[in-house]
Amino acid sequence: MRTLTKLSKAPLSKAPDATPETAPASNQEATADVSAESTTARHELDGRIKGDGPLARDTLPYTPTHPHSQAHESAVKHVTGRAAYIDDLSAPANTLHVALGLSPVAHGRLTRLDLDKVRTMPGVVDVIAVGDVPGHTDIGPVFPGDPIFVEEEISYVGQVIFAVAAENHRAAREAVQAAVVEIDEQPACLDPVAAAEREEFVRPSHVQQSGDWEQALKDASFVVEDEQFVGGQEHFYLEGQACLVQPTEDEGVVVFTSNQHPSETQKLVAEVLGIPFHAVTVEVRRMGGGFGGKETQASPWACIAALFARRTGRATRVRLPRGDDMRATGKRHPFHNRYRLGVDEQGVIQGGEITVIGDCGYSPDLSDAIVDRAMFHSDNAYSLGDARVTGHRARTHTASNTAFRGFGGPQGMMVIEAAMDDIARRIGEDPLTVRKRNFYRTDHQTTRRDITHYGQQVDQIGLLHDLVEQLETSSDYWERRRAITEFNAESPIIKRGLALTPVKFGISFTAKHLNQAGALLHVYTDGSVMINHGGTEMGQGLHTKICQVAARELGLDTEEVRITATRTDKVPNTSPTAASSGADLNGQAARDACMKLKQRLFDFAHEHLYQDQGLDREDMRLEAGHLVAGYGESERRIPWGELIQAAYLNRTSLSEKGFYATPLIHYDRNVGQGRPFYYFAYGAAVAEVSVDTLSGEYQVDRVDILHDVGDSLNPAIDIGQVEGGFIQGMGWLTSEELKWNDAGRLISDGPATYKIPTYGDLPPVFNVKLLEGHPNSMASIYRSKAVGEPPFMLGMAVWSALRDALASLADYAEAPRLDTPATPERVLMAAEALRAQYGSQHDAWHDTRPLEKGGE
Amino acid sequence: MIDFLLNGQPRHCEANPETSVLELLRETLGNTGTKEGCASGDCGACTVAIGETAPDGELHYHSANACITPAHQLHGRHLVTVDGLADGNDLHPAQAAMVECHGSQCGFCTPGIVMSLFTLHEQQRKEQDKTLVPLTPQHLEAALGGNLCRCTGYRPIRDAALSMNEHPEHRPLWMDAAAPVPRTGPTAGESLFAQPTTLAELVECLERHPEARLVAGATDLWLESTQRLVRFERLIDVTRVAELNVIEETTLEDGRSGWWIGAAVTYSQIEPLLEEHFDAFAHLLHRLGSSQIRNRGTLGGNVANASPIGDTPPVLLALGSRLRLVGPKGERELPLSEFFLDYKRTALQQGEAIRAVFLPHPVEGETLKVWKLSKRREDDISAVLGAFAWRLEDGILRDVRLAFGGMAGIPKRAAQAEAALEGKTPSSAAFQTARLALSQDFQPMSDVRGSAHYRQISAANLLERLRLVLMIESQAQDATDSPREVMLHAYAH
Repeated sequence: MRTLTKLSKAPLSKAPDATPETAPASNQEATADVSAESTTARHELDGRIKGDGPLARDTLPYTPTHPHSQAHESAVKHVTGRAAYIDDLSAPANTLHVALGLSPVAHGRLTRLDLDKVRTMPGVVDVIAVGDVPGHTDIGPVFPGDPIFVEEEISYVGQVIFAVAAENHRAAREAVQAAVVEIDEQPACLDPVAAAEREEFVRPSHVQQSGDWEQALKDASFVVEDEQFVGGQEHFYLEGQACLVQPTEDEGVVVFTSNQHPSETQKLVAEVLGIPFHAVTVEVRRMGGGFGGKETQASPWACIAALFARRTGRATRVRLPRGDDMRATGKRHPFHNRYRLGVDEQGVIQGGEITVIGDCGYSPDLSDAIVDRAMFHSDNAYSLGDARVTGHRARTHTASNTAFRGFGGPQGMMVIEAAMDDIARRIGEDPLTVRKRNFYRTDHQTTRRDITHYGQQVDQIGLLHDLVEQLETSSDYWERRRAITEFNAESPIIKRGLALTPVKFGISFTAKHLNQAGALLHVYTDGSVMINHGGTEMGQGLHTKICQVAARELGLDTEEVRITATRTDKVPNTSPTAASSGADLNGQAARDACMKLKQRLFDFAHEHLYQDQGLDREDMRLEAGHLVAGYGESERRIPWGELIQAAYLNRTSLSEKGFYATPLIHYDRNVGQGRPFYYFAYGAAVAEVSVDTLSGEYQVDRVDILHDVGDSLNPAIDIGQVEGGFIQGMGWLTSEELKWNDAGRLISDGPATYKIPTYGDLPPVFNVKLLEGHPNSMASIYRSKAVGEPPFMLGMAVWSALRDALASLADYAEAPRLDTPATPERVLMAAEALRAQYGSQHDAWHDTRPLEKGGE
Repeated sequence: MIDFLLNGQPRHCEANPETSVLELLRETLGNTGTKEGCASGDCGACTVAIGETAPDGELHYHSANACITPAHQLHGRHLVTVDGLADGNDLHPAQAAMVECHGSQCGFCTPGIVMSLFTLHEQQRKEQDKTLVPLTPQHLEAALGGNLCRCTGYRPIRDAALSMNEHPEHRPLWMDAAAPVPRTGPTAGESLFAQPTTLAELVECLERHPEARLVAGATDLWLESTQRLVRFERLIDVTRVAELNVIEETTLEDGRSGWWIGAAVTYSQIEPLLEEHFDAFAHLLHRLGSSQIRNRGTLGGNVANASPIGDTPPVLLALGSRLRLVGPKGERELPLSEFFLDYKRTALQQGEAIRAVFLPHPVEGETLKVWKLSKRREDDISAVLGAFAWRLEDGILRDVRLAFGGMAGIPKRAAQAEAALEGKTPSSAAFQTARLALSQDFQPMSDVRGSAHYRQISAANLLERLRLVLMIESQAQDATDSPREVMLHAYAH
């Protein structure tokens, strides 16, 4: 086993001073963890990370009181109500308010649209439909297929047919009801499996294959085979979709929007208006939650508001009422998955086939990449052996499903986690034993079990094993397993379940070109620093982390660094803040800008300051608010403010831009092979549940999590992401149920009917820790790892624990099928089915115990 | 005309009858700290604190959802919002603890969370005057169950709640100022938002405007405005009618004694009474809506609304409750079982209102069980709710009343299942008959909360649970080492 863990055990007191000595040693040890290919690459990249000890070990425990655990940059503004969201921004008194006319049917042709009465409603200023759009009418983000307004074909309930601008929000909403809309209704397709059978796809299917999967099935000791339905998920960002658009003095607009992808909104608004991109500026200060729901689906509202703003010359607001938001925008893709896997007598998968069908809704949106990511993650942390993975993108008459934390990855992982439980029941071993046997490993005798089905060598496999072993011990897994088995044998109604599930999540946009970022750094003559970058703040603490990067590079306190709203006129052509990439990409870009400016300041100091003494350029550094040169007696310290003043007076530029592009990644879609991910982030969770098998009610009694963030940029923020991700993932698999009626209308269209976890769903025992002693093996920003999405999938432990509890009704001979979300209804139905098959234990209760004292 | 104190500052506003406190704040007064998350009272982002002087002369703050609270009900009250909580640059303990515990991420739910923590802190302060009351998990669930947070997973918010008291007390002086004395507006009968203060005035309003809608907590009515854009022509607010705000102990003509609960008494106000006398009912109340809803919603409203999935009607049916109605022709009484006629249709005549709901004293030997099935334990609406009352007399079931919500168009007793158990010993056979009889009693429907099949099976299984509970209680003295749990801790009472 590798010696990486030793790094974390360096004595506390040595932490800051030990850096120069330990850094080279650590470097070597960490190198041992990576493949030859990436080691070479690492050397090429070392230039980027020299100078501050990339592997300098941070030996303080990752707790909320760690020095890097700074509070969110807006925390005080959040708690005092001063943090402004879109609908809080002040605007001119004559600002217009928009309401949308949404389709009441799922599929049909628009035969008549009469808006005359709408125009005469009180307060109405303007009404528009597709004929009023001067530029592009298709606002599909990657592929065409998303009309800004219905032209003729209607594709889902909630599709936008027209829009009204009025003097106030209520007047606009009331006016919408006066429209005359006639539709020739046609049968709607709501079943993605049926759509896939008819080959009704929004994008072509894709296959990844390694080895002879058919032979593997033939040679296997036995085959596990099943299908599953994995439900979708509403984002339920607390701040609904919103934007404010102001017309400019020329042909353009300024767009304030709650949005994860300002550059794309800039492009689409410009195209809809038929003007150059430079006439549109998009600004995002913060979002009240995004989770993927504001990556592509924030743009339509900005486009509509921009149309009104240009037509009327008045500022225009859109904010979608919650019900409209839930009906009009896409969600996490529901998936239908099938698996057929050949297994040896030890329960180790030898190969087989997996098919995932993503329910994409009516248009492509991001579904190509989402179903790809489901395929990339159908292995989770396990080698599939010789396998073929097929992904279909089914078209149905619902809103176009879109990005949501995990981006298809969670739906793909559910396949293999289901299979793990199935295999365990089949061979009569504990599911954890089976999972560990199937983990990627480097020590296999005959076959390589360290390469994915798409050809990427899995990095840091040792970390995965170490992490799971640590968690197994800290959660007391085996002792609790014993206690639960005993409890269940004696308890006819209440059944307990336990499960440990791992996460291995690939980090990088699978669309290679998106893996780039820019930053803009200004130092003003008072020494204060402004950093700007292409990422957006949605609560994940990205701005806080970027401030910390800039402060760390410049040797300043974070108070001296101010981050400003993301704007397309400061850093252009940005990628969405998505794929967990925010800090990885923008952190490196910010650091690049800081390092360039730092070099310029060092050059300036070397040339112009202490000329008589000749400051040593080599040893210059910025620390604790000073430029420091030399050591010991020859050390010179120049305060930051003085340095900046002097540099300014000597006509040195105090502004710099930074740029970063992730190296090494590639994927050939023609052959389904490559290295799509720069690295993997890992984690694992143990969940214990109690299930009432008579009512289907259940409770989560305890959760233990150990999660890998490399060297944490901010432990408090990272723990926040891990905990929040877990709870959101648990909600996805338990209480959050999307339901449509037979006509295709979403009937879970508000928080009264769509139930995200609330305070009471927080497990009473919730032990969450960040893995220590495992810096990222790749050269990421300070050896940290992305943390936005990976913890979401830790929620699978709850689902697997529910299955475990239910399996006790079959004396663990079978893992019952449990589609998701596993609502009390689904849990009850699964329990009833098992009882019908295996006999009812509580019936037995009748016979063994006299019912009434003294008998009947 | 609404006179109130907004964070200590006197305000005098005009508003339409359907204006909500949230609209008044954000659109009229430009106070944007309070957020709109759902406009239906389900997410808590708009939580504010409303202060009013209690009969004991003390000013009490309670949390409320501003999105579904009528602006006119602020008249003569304090309104505290997140914008006013800090004392200059000094954060209130609720705010300071949230910052220190990393309790905000996107920050959009945070103003509502802070206000819920503020009211919890106020409650603690009051209790601390006497003795230091440590917060229990139940306190926290009650205080925070109505605030959705999509980012944090709630752990840091729990930590903030538990550490508030460690922060220095910064509390603006105006928080203890007397509630403003409302200026007199038009008489109750003339106003579009009439606020009668006596039963006589209420009856007069009802006579003059029989078409007017009645409003109490507005926790359901206001959704018609925010979701369906209904404009209320005229509203009669019953919350200030003195006679509707009292709980009177009494004995009925049939000899039963109990309490008349005034129709405008809120859930929060009856909570202590239920906790003392009806453990099962109190437990249900803790799962009804959220604090913000329970502080506003009323028993009278829940009954008058006549929803088939209202939480309290099945319990009241199982308890044999009665109603006292008031109208232009005087008062009348009827059993609750005769009140619900059909889906959302009641025995209320035009111009009539519920005056009080009768809650009988617990009867010696009678047991009540209330079991609610929903997707989420807190702040959810039932898929199925079963309320069961019975007496066991020499091993024989007597006065069996099995009432269900979610199984029919109205809250309804299961007559045939009751008949299967009445006068029988609680045997497997009797319960088997009762379970089968349920499918004659009810043909439930499928909807967003559950399928008809699930409703049928789970309702029958609640009877099985009842049998097991009876069996275990009968064996209570037996020494046994095997687990005898038939319910989860989180749901048991």
